[in-house]
Order: sequence, then C-alpha cells, then structure tokens
Amino acid sequence: MSDENLGQAASAENNPGAGRTHGLDMSAIKQTTEELSIEKEDIALTCDQVKLFYGQKEALHGIDMQIPKKRVTAFIGPSGCGKSTLLRCFNRMNDLVDGCRIEGQIRLEGSDIYEKGTDVTDLRRRVGMVFQKPNPFPKSIYENVAYGLRIQGINQKRLVDETVEWALKSAALWDEVKDRLNDSALGLSGGQQQRLVIARTVAVKPEVLLLDEPASALDPLSTLKIEELIHELKDEYTIVIVTHNMQQAARVSDYTAFMYIGDLIEFGPTSQLFTNPVSKQTEDYITGRYG
Amino acid sequence: MPIGHEAHLQHISKRFNNELKNLRDHMLVMGGMVEKQVQQALTSLLTVDSELASDVKSNDKEVNKLELIIDEECTNVIALQQPAASDLRLVITITKMVNDLERIGDEAKKIAKSTLQLSDHGLAPLGLAEVRVIGNHVRKMLNDSLDAFTRFDTALAYEVIKEDEDVDAEYRSAMRALVTNMMEDARNISSILQIMWVLRSLERVGDHSRNLCQHIIYMVEGRDVRHSSLKETEEVIHHNP
Repeated sequence: MSDENLGQAASAENNPGAGRTHGLDMSAIKQTTEELSIEKEDIALTCDQVKLFYGQKEALHGIDMQIPKKRVTAFIGPSGCGKSTLLRCFNRMNDLVDGCRIEGQIRLEGSDIYEKGTDVTDLRRRVGMVFQKPNPFPKSIYENVAYGLRIQGINQKRLVDETVEWALKSAALWDEVKDRLNDSALGLSGGQQQRLVIARTVAVKPEVLLLDEPASALDPLSTLKIEELIHELKDEYTIVIVTHNMQQAARVSDYTAFMYIGDLIEFGPTSQLFTNPVSKQTEDYITGRYG
Repeated sequence: MPIGHEAHLQHISKRFNNELKNLRDHMLVMGGMVEKQVQQALTSLLTVDSELASDVKSNDKEVNKLELIIDEECTNVIALQQPAASDLRLVITITKMVNDLERIGDEAKKIAKSTLQLSDHGLAPLGLAEVRVIGNHVRKMLNDSLDAFTRFDTALAYEVIKEDEDVDAEYRSAMRALVTNMMEDARNISSILQIMWVLRSLERVGDHSRNLCQHIIYMVEGRDVRHSSLKETEEVIHHNP
C-alpha cells in the first residue's frame, strides 16, 4: 500500500461516513429540524382585537394575531369560520361589502391600514391578492402582467418588458408562455391562468401575498406547481393562504391558524399544530372527528 | 393535547375508525402472543421441558409474520388516510411498539434455545431462583405495558419505566452471584453461562417493555421521553413544561 493510500485510510478512520454523506454532519441535521417560534420572527401584519360585523352579525370576535414576515401562514377552519373574511381585511377588500364594519386595528409594518387617509390603492399594491377562481383579464398574457404597471403610469417599454419576464419567471410560467405572450390569457389552462394571476400580482412588487384557496379549482399537478411556487415566493414575500385542504396547509405553510366560528382557536408552527395541537377543537378538526 | 383511549373511534369516516381499531387490536394480539412466548420459554427452562422449548422456537415465526403484517397496515393507513395529530402518533407508535415486541419475541426464542442446550447436557444449573424472580418481574412489566397501551394509561407506563431500574439492579446482583459460583467450581461454568444468557435476555425484555411504555407516553402526550431521566418523564405525564 502506498503512502497516499495509508493517508486516505487514516483520514477515513478519523471521519467515518464522510464519503457517503457529502460532507453533511450533525449541524446540518439540526438545521433541517429548526424549531419555529413566533417570538423569533419579524412581524409583517399585526391584528389587535379585530372585530368585523356584517350589518348586525359579528363575523370575527376580536382576533389577535401576528403574521410573520417572509413566511407562509395558512388559515384553516370549517366553512363560515371567518378565515376568508379575515384575509380580506388585510387589503381592505371588505370595504366593498355593504354594511361591513370593522373594529380593532390591523397594522402593516407598524402602520394602521384602516387609518383615515390611507391610500387604499397603494395598500392593495403592497398587499396583493389571488382568488379561488383564476381571473385573468380578457387581454393578452403580456398585458395581463403589465396591467399593474400601466395603472401606476409605468410605460417605458424596456422596463415593462423586463418586469413582465421577471414576473412570469417568478410565477414559474415563463417557459410555457414565452413564445405566445400576445395570445389571449383566456386560452391558458386553469393552472396556467392561476399562475398568470400570481405573476400579475407579483409584477407590482407587493410585500404581502394573500391567497384565497388558490388551488382549489385546479388538478393535482397544477396544485403541486402552485404549492412549489408558494414555497419559492416566500423568500421574497409574506404569504397568507386560506385553504380547505389541510394536507395543503401542512405542506406549504410554516405557521397555521385554526379558526372556528369567528374565533382564532390556535395559532402556531405548522409542524406542531399537525402533530400535537394544544386545543381539542383543533385536534378534532384536523383529524376529522365530530366537532 | 393528551388523548383518551376512545378518541380513535370518533372520526366522521367509519372506515378510518375501523382501520385504526384493527391496528390497535392486531398489535394487542401480537402483544398477547409475545407475552405467552416469554411465559412458555421461562416455564420450559424451569421445568426442563424441551418439547415446550421447541414450540416456543417455532412460534417465533408467527410473531415475525405479525410484525410484517402490522407494519404494512400502518404504511397503508399513512398512505391512504393521511392521519394527523393523535392519529398519526398512534400509527407511528404502533410501528415502533411492534418492533420492540418482535425483539421481545426473539429474546423468548433465545431462552428456549438455552433450555434445549441445558436439557441436552442434563445439568441441573445454578441460578434458577434468579431466573424465576427476574422472569416474573419482567413478565409483569410486559403485561403492564400492554395494559397501559389498552387504556392509554401514562401513570402505569411510568411505573413500568421505573421498574426497569429495579430489574437492572436485580440483574447485576444475579450476575455477581453467578460469577462467584463459577469461581467456586469450574465444572459449572458452561451451564452457568447458559443461565447468564437467559438472565441477559430477561433483562432485555425489561428494556423493551420500558421502550414500549416510552412510546405509549409519546402517543398520549405528544412528547418524546426517550433518553429522558425519570424525573423529566414524570414531569411530562404531569403536564409540567
């Protein structure tokens, strides 16, 4: 055996298994099981005693919640529990509902979004929203994505071209549509339309993305593409997703909030909520028991 | 959130209820089988019954078969029903408990083999009193573990975990006594060695029973108490953070 071989044998003895694990060691394992804790997070959105009334009916009974920045937060709960209502509060979509009144405070980056004089259009640029049914405009793919820029008065062709390409790439749609940007958006499949809508939303560089059941009308593969997209987008955006699919909430989110008839029952790291929830109501809901 | 023993039968999906109930029942069947294996292995040794010892040896195959069946059932429940929270903990716990039960079965088989060895040599070995005492002790532990699983009884599980320390102490003192016997008369060495293997197996049955109980505490409380001290374990079952 040559000296070199001896040397190799000696180093393998000092560090057995190194060749198999590509240099991974204990610290890498610790990192993958990092424990999330809301106390350690930067907060994007804060709800203080948020109550919402549709006429006489109180739909949200004083929600206190902190939504961490650049994380995915999922809202789950049975139909009518108020999760979409709460989501719509974050960009004041409820302003458009007759007889809707809100109490308490919602702060985006520290400032109250319901304060008098808030520019709602600007708020909705900062807090973008995607709905259950894809709602592309009856325009070309290109114009759909450019729309947000145009209404901001941005018209320089180069800048718009660049942003459209960037947004479509962000939404993992570019490769599928780059050769037909001027075709109608309505010719795309449901999954592609939904990703187009996400591209349109990110084109104006929002801070928060609100997704209201973004994949419930899509087939499983398109759903997985949207989920993968959510996973990639969270590096840049704070994402809040409402979903009826608990497995989806478990797969995509870092934090999960369980709501029940207008109350926030439990809010915590997703892995904890799905393995060992604190509240019996949460346990019954996620395991499919009689509530 | 701690969970009660009826919770797995309260799903909206009856099929899911049935599948979880079957899993529990099958694991208890396996537990009963393993208990019987340990008991018969001990009886065969203490009464020098080589026929019974042969039965124990061949019955171990049935225990192994059950391990495979229950593991497959667990895989199916995970793949098809996507259990969450306490249901997930139940399924995971069963796959782990089945593993410990199978190994208790292996220890029973080893004891049966020792019986056959000893009866071949026709020796009346020393140390049978120790075998009887430790054997009864670990049989009680195994029995209590299965009861604790049936009732989701963490207090009983904790008692079993505590008992394991007593068994370890009994095992150490038996070893010392047997080593003395060996030194006194070298002709006894080969038969005493067999008894030492038997005691070792019994001590392992105690360890596996302790493991079973740690899994049960995880299933009920959602907190993993493996590699925890007795005090830490006690805090978990009394819900102290």
